[in-house]
Amino acid sequence: MSGRVLVGVKRVIDYAVKIRVKPDNSSVVTDGVKHSMNPFCEIAVEEAVKMKEKKIIKEVVVVSCGPQQAQETIRTALAMGADRGIHVEVTGKDYEQLGPLQVSKIMAALAKKEDAQLIILGKQAIDDDCNQTGQMTAALLDWPQGTFASELTMEGDKIKVVREIDGGLETVKINTPAVITADLRLNTPRYATLPNIMKAKKKKIANLKPADLEVDITSRLEVLRVDEPPQREAGVKVETVDDLVARLKEAGRI
Amino acid sequence: MANPLRAEVVRLYKNLLYLGRDYPKGGEYFRDRLRAAFSKNKAESDPQAIRDMISRGEFVSRELEALYYLRKYRAMKKRYYEE
Repeated sequence: MSGRVLVGVKRVIDYAVKIRVKPDNSSVVTDGVKHSMNPFCEIAVEEAVKMKEKKIIKEVVVVSCGPQQAQETIRTALAMGADRGIHVEVTGKDYEQLGPLQVSKIMAALAKKEDAQLIILGKQAIDDDCNQTGQMTAALLDWPQGTFASELTMEGDKIKVVREIDGGLETVKINTPAVITADLRLNTPRYATLPNIMKAKKKKIANLKPADLEVDITSRLEVLRVDEPPQREAGVKVETVDDLVARLKEAGRI
Repeated sequence: MANPLRAEVVRLYKNLLYLGRDYPKGGEYFRDRLRAAFSKNKAESDPQAIRDMISRGEFVSRELEALYYLRKYRAMKKRYYEE
């Protein structure tokens, strides 16, 4: 086992920010808005770092695709305990169209290049909610996948994954190398404190372009329109039960 | 202030300042209160008392980390998991 784990992290708009749609309905406002690491990606990084601390794996390499600012997200992961980072530079129009298919092609190419034993990703990003990158990466590499993982146990050269599914938990055992996607209850991510961020400045971040990996990032999707969810209508007060029944009948509810 | 402790206090202040940026009531709110709390005890010279205050400051750091984690966890749980 090379003992190397690849962790993908995504820079997204912070979970606590109120999202605003641009007036032309083309996309969401991102300029000047607070960004941070996707919460599920934090859980993925934490799991990889925990495995390294337990000496199950030897090296944690964190990857992010995007413009210059993606390096901040990589630095946060390095402060959490990752060993080195890879920044795949994608900017402008290419970045706006970057989706799970393109990212999974990049992850697959990097997994081969870095001889990774395991890829851990967040189950989905809180901005696009695709929940596809992990699955697509596993398919491209023809590796087994343990998605929605809420518990991971290494058993020799196999991994036991407890998955959170509708109606309960499913336990599967998969061979390595494999792709894992992290669910909310996998672990409790540590906070990247200032001393750790300072220490992480010495760690290396390699810079690559998708072309260096011979990956084609053209998108097959076109976003036509982005709308806000419908505003909640004000409630109506009624005086009597008969009035309520009449209104409900009017609205076709009963 | 005793010299070796001074470095510890400054380090604690910087860490709390960094942590306080994400405070729900606003980074400025936190920073003002942080400054007030530290300057109130500026004249303290007893090393043991200073060490106690540093421990209290470290306790506050851990409380803040727990607060941030819980907020995020609850938000994710509410958005993605049906109760």
